[in-house]
Amino acid sequence: MAIPKVCGIETEYGILVRGPVSESASNPVSASSLLINAYLAANLRKVGWDFEDEHPGSDARGFSVDDLLEPEIETHLVNAVLTNGARYYVDHAHPEISTPECRTAREALVFDRAAEEIVWASMQAANALLPAGAEVLCHKNNSDGKGNSYGCHENYLVARDVPFGRIVHQLTPHFVTRQIVVGAGKVGCELPGVSTVDVPFQISQRADFFEEEVGLETTLKRPIINTRDEPHCDASKYRRLHVIVGDANMSETATLVKLGATSILLAMIEDDVVGDDWALANPVAAIRHVSHDPSLQRLITLRNGRRVTALEVQWGLLELALKYERSHGLEPVGHDVGREVLALWEGILTGLENNPESVAHQVDWVAKRRVVQAYAARHEAQPGDARLKALDLQYHDLRRDKCLARRVGLDVLTTDAEVHDAMTNPPLTTRAYFRGRCLAKWPDEIVAANWDSMVFDIGREPLRRVPMMEPLRGTAESVARLIDESNTPAELLARLGS
Amino acid sequence: MAERTQKQKPTPSRTEESVDAAPAVVGGSDKLKAELDDLLDEIDDVLETNAEDFVKSYVQKGGQ
Repeated sequence: MAIPKVCGIETEYGILVRGPVSESASNPVSASSLLINAYLAANLRKVGWDFEDEHPGSDARGFSVDDLLEPEIETHLVNAVLTNGARYYVDHAHPEISTPECRTAREALVFDRAAEEIVWASMQAANALLPAGAEVLCHKNNSDGKGNSYGCHENYLVARDVPFGRIVHQLTPHFVTRQIVVGAGKVGCELPGVSTVDVPFQISQRADFFEEEVGLETTLKRPIINTRDEPHCDASKYRRLHVIVGDANMSETATLVKLGATSILLAMIEDDVVGDDWALANPVAAIRHVSHDPSLQRLITLRNGRRVTALEVQWGLLELALKYERSHGLEPVGHDVGREVLALWEGILTGLENNPESVAHQVDWVAKRRVVQAYAARHEAQPGDARLKALDLQYHDLRRDKCLARRVGLDVLTTDAEVHDAMTNPPLTTRAYFRGRCLAKWPDEIVAANWDSMVFDIGREPLRRVPMMEPLRGTAESVARLIDESNTPAELLARLGS
Repeated sequence: MAERTQKQKPTPSRTEESVDAAPAVVGGSDKLKAELDDLLDEIDDVLETNAEDFVKSYVQKGGQ
C-alpha cells in the first residue's frame, strides 16, 4: 500500500560576483560562502551540519561504492541548518538550499519559494559587505549555456519493499516527457556538435546533460533515474528517491505539478497500478528529442514498438492517475493537493495540445519562449544573438528589479505571508518541525543537526543524540506542547523519555 | 482557469459556441499583444546593457 509522499527540493543556484573585487573573492566557492555567511550573520546563530549519517555512495541497486568513490563532502565549507528546518550550504561551488521535509507538494512549493527569498535576502546582506560597485548575482537556473550544469533535485519518500526495478521502468516515461509541462526552457543547445541554429530553443534546461538511464552519478554521465540510496530515515522501511532530472522552476504552478504529479505516480507504483505500457525503447535519446522539439510533434518509440508524442505519454499517465484517484483515493499525497495537481496537470496538457501560448501563465518554457520570440522579432535578432541568451539567463535572475520571470504574468499560488513565515518557521507536518523549533529555541545547546538526528549539549557529559528516523514523527501535533513547555533541552529530553 | 478556457482555440465541434466566443477571443488576443508590447518595452529597460559581455562572463562551475 502506498505510503505518505513526504517530499522536498534541493536547489543549487548559479552565482556570479562582478565589480571591483579581488580574483579570490569572485571565485564561486568564496562567493557562495560569503553569501551564506552574510545571511547567517544577519539572521541567526549558526548550527553546524552533522555528517555522521551521510552515505552518498550507497546504491539503491544493493551495493556500495564507498570504497571506490570518496564522497565529495566538503566539510570545511559553510553548512548550516535553518530554523525552518532547511539546510543552507556550499555544494560544488554553488550555494544550495534543501527545503525541509514536507508532507505535500503544496507545502514544498511554499518552502521552495521561501528558499528563493532567503537567497535574495542573502544577496542583499552580501552586497553590503562587498566594496561599492560590486555585487553578487544568483540565478535559479540549471546551466550557464556553456556546458556546465547544476541541479534542482527532488526527494520523495518511497516504501522500501517496492522493487527498485519497478520504479525505474515505470517512472522513466514520466521523467522523459514531463518536461513539456514543467521544463524551464533554454535558449540554445549544449550537446557537443549541435548548434544554436539547429536548436535555437529547447524545452528543458537539463535534458542535454543526461547520458544514462540509471546510475549513481550526479555530476557526470548523469542518469535519468539516480540510484543514490541514502534514505536519511529508517532504511528497513523507506527509500528516499533522489530525482536529479528536473529543472529549477520559476513558475509556482510548475513546481507544484512537478512535485505533485511525481508523488502521485510514486504512490501508484507502490500500489502497482502503472504497468509497462508506456515504457520507452530509448529513454536517453527520447529525453533530448522531446526537449529539442517545442512544436511537441516529434515521435518517440515505446518498447512495444508504438510511436507516440510526449503529449500522448503525458495524457496516458494522467489518465492512469485519474483512474487511480477513483479506485484508491489520493491520501498518500494529501487529498486536496492531489486533486489540485491533477486539475492543473490536465489543464496544462489541454492547453499545450490546443494552443501552447494559452499556458504561458503556468509553464516556464512557454512563457520564456514567448518573450524570446517576441524580442527576436522586434529587434530582428537571429539565433545565436547574445541578447536572446541574456533574456534566458535573466528569466531566472533573483534580483527583483531584473528578474524576467516576475514580469511575464506567471500565476502566483502562494501568499507573501506564508512564504515569509516559511523563511524562519518549519512545516508543522513532519519531523522538520522538531528540528526547526529546537534550533530556534535552543541554538546554543544544539551541537549539530542533520536530517535524521540532532545532538544536544545538556550541560553534562555525554552529548545526547536524538534520532529522528521517522519522517512523520516530531510534528507540531505531537511535540509542539512538549517544546513550548520545556525550559531547557534537558527537560525536553527527559519528557521525550530518551 | 476561466482565462485559459477563453484563450483556447474553439474546436470545430463547438462551432455554435465559437460564434459567440469569437469577439472575446479576438479582443483577448489584442489585449495579449498589447501586454506583450508593454512587456518588451519593460524588458528593453531591464535587460543587461551589455548583453554580449554579460553572457560571455556568465560561467558556472559544474554541479550535481
